[in-house]
Amino acid sequence: MTVQSSERTRVIGREAEISLTHAEPGRLLLRLAGDWKLTSGLPTAAAVEKQLESSAGTSSLTLGASDLRDWDSGLLAFLVEVQELCRTRAVELDPGDLPDGARRLLRLATAVPERKGARRTQARPDFLTLVGTESLALWKSGEDLLGFLGEALQSFGRLIAGRARFRRSDLIDIIFECGAAALPIITVMSFLVGLILAFVGAIQLEQFGAQIYVADLVGIAMAREMGALMSAIIMSGRTGAAFAAQLGTMQVNEEIDAMTTLGLSSMDFLVLPRMIALILMMPLLCIYADLMGILGGAVVGVGMLDLSPTEYLNATLSGVSLTDFTVGIIKSAIFGVLVALSGCMRGIQCGRSASAVGLAATSAVVTAIVFIIVTDGVFSVLTNALGI
Amino acid sequence: MTNAVMTPEPHITVRNLDMAYGDFVIQRNLNFSIRRGDIFIIMGGSGCGKSTLLKHLIGLMAPARGEVLFGERDFWKADTVERERIMRRFGTLYQSGALWSSMTLAENVGLPLGEFTDLKPVEIRRIASLKMALVGLAGFEDFYPSEISGGMRKRAGLARAMALDPEILFFDEPSAGLDPISSKLLDDLILELRDSLGATVAVVTHELASIFAIGNNSVFLDADTKTMIAQGDPKTLRDQCPDPKVRNFLLRGELEGKPKPEVRGAPEG
Repeated sequence: MTVQSSERTRVIGREAEISLTHAEPGRLLLRLAGDWKLTSGLPTAAAVEKQLESSAGTSSLTLGASDLRDWDSGLLAFLVEVQELCRTRAVELDPGDLPDGARRLLRLATAVPERKGARRTQARPDFLTLVGTESLALWKSGEDLLGFLGEALQSFGRLIAGRARFRRSDLIDIIFECGAAALPIITVMSFLVGLILAFVGAIQLEQFGAQIYVADLVGIAMAREMGALMSAIIMSGRTGAAFAAQLGTMQVNEEIDAMTTLGLSSMDFLVLPRMIALILMMPLLCIYADLMGILGGAVVGVGMLDLSPTEYLNATLSGVSLTDFTVGIIKSAIFGVLVALSGCMRGIQCGRSASAVGLAATSAVVTAIVFIIVTDGVFSVLTNALGI
Repeated sequence: MTNAVMTPEPHITVRNLDMAYGDFVIQRNLNFSIRRGDIFIIMGGSGCGKSTLLKHLIGLMAPARGEVLFGERDFWKADTVERERIMRRFGTLYQSGALWSSMTLAENVGLPLGEFTDLKPVEIRRIASLKMALVGLAGFEDFYPSEISGGMRKRAGLARAMALDPEILFFDEPSAGLDPISSKLLDDLILELRDSLGATVAVVTHELASIFAIGNNSVFLDADTKTMIAQGDPKTLRDQCPDPKVRNFLLRGELEGKPKPEVRGAPEG
């Protein structure tokens, strides 16, 4: 029984304690007792500070560690604090019978003086400062984008003049990666979007027997808007993020530096093929998405609304004009530029750490989607005003 | 070293250079010159701005003040075309090799050749193989950078840096992460390149063995005073430099009378 209980106290341990006594005038004795481990709670140095403050004539502080049991850096942190208190009050600290290891570690912790100016001061900026810095950052990011766009245009100029240098095999790889390799996800997404559009339309149109107009609804919506928009959003998540991550990792590995110092333009070499690939592939993906969406609509039309496949096809043919398709395709080429630009820009701007690559990928997708939606809005207004 | 005595004209000159990231000044008032055929060591403790200085020399970072001259040309006052022409005469070995990960080793080495020469693909391949053989990587032409070890990546990086037979070779911590034998081999290779190609070499390192094995001129950057505190042959500096900080560094902290770390406020036990 007794053995058991002593066993238990050993496992639980004794709480860390301090006691302060005046051994003689001007000499304070600080006794440490119990287990000083990080895992159990630790006393703070506040009591020591209070004691030092109340007894003004103290000239030395002696540590007593005869009852000290286990200890780790918890003890050390406490001692560093006490030492600092002593230093500021010009009180001499006598380590007394402190364990040898603790004494050495304490010496080590204070061996190298703090580098001046290295510690970051965490001054909390006030609201106005915050608004100011944020606005400046926004302005700066706008400038960055314009600068990047300008460089990309120059690079295109060199391409047209036949002076841009990049590897053909890179271009073909990227074209495959953002063309054929994207087909499965584009298939699923646009088929389902067509299906959903048809469902939503069917419920309303069936009420007054106009279910044949589901074909027009799905066809026009897919061709004008959804085909281009959905494929652009998919590509910004799939390819834009990949571009940012690739170029970001190259930045981290100094690969882009290696290019620059060899006199190779990273714009020509890395950004241009990615841009060309997306400008070529996005319209194709958009046409494919349009057709998949119309197919999705047809499944609902034929399966749920009892329209015959021929009826649905004819209704689509008469309802959707070539203009609708053209508007969608032109938009998708522009979306391609936006996805490639934001992906490459965030990648090239990437910092030099693993977390920076993650941020670059995230910010590439966000930037691309914002630009896509804004551009789409501008397009809607323009086509409406022009009556297209 | 005889080489340096015979052709003492400066190849790279740094004048009143201040380096800064934004408002944070790294080093100020750097003045030194690298002679043709030198193996010039940029040394100093960690975080003193060695790699930043290298970035200024290879044209990746613009100086906050001062100038970097190649021969007589001021690099940062030259226009883009001129600057690219100067940069093409460099070869740089980055700390981790910085090989382009989407290309094989032979493609990495061959890319600068393909871009700046009129060689046919077969010839490029042959020269790339030759350069790789020079650094001891014959047979690894079709490996990707991720498939080889760190030391091999460094050597492949060197093969790429040598692709265009540069006049100046820059090395960023060549022996970091290499075992003693490989790092000795790399040192020998650097000496060999200097002697056979007549190249000027600038090396950022704090590996003492390499510093004494290859360096014949150096500059010592200090993080506390934020400027250079010594320059000259590292062996001379070790024995005669008036600044104890430099001698202490070059003697691996074994200098007598070095300040002993002490517990403030507590007597030594």
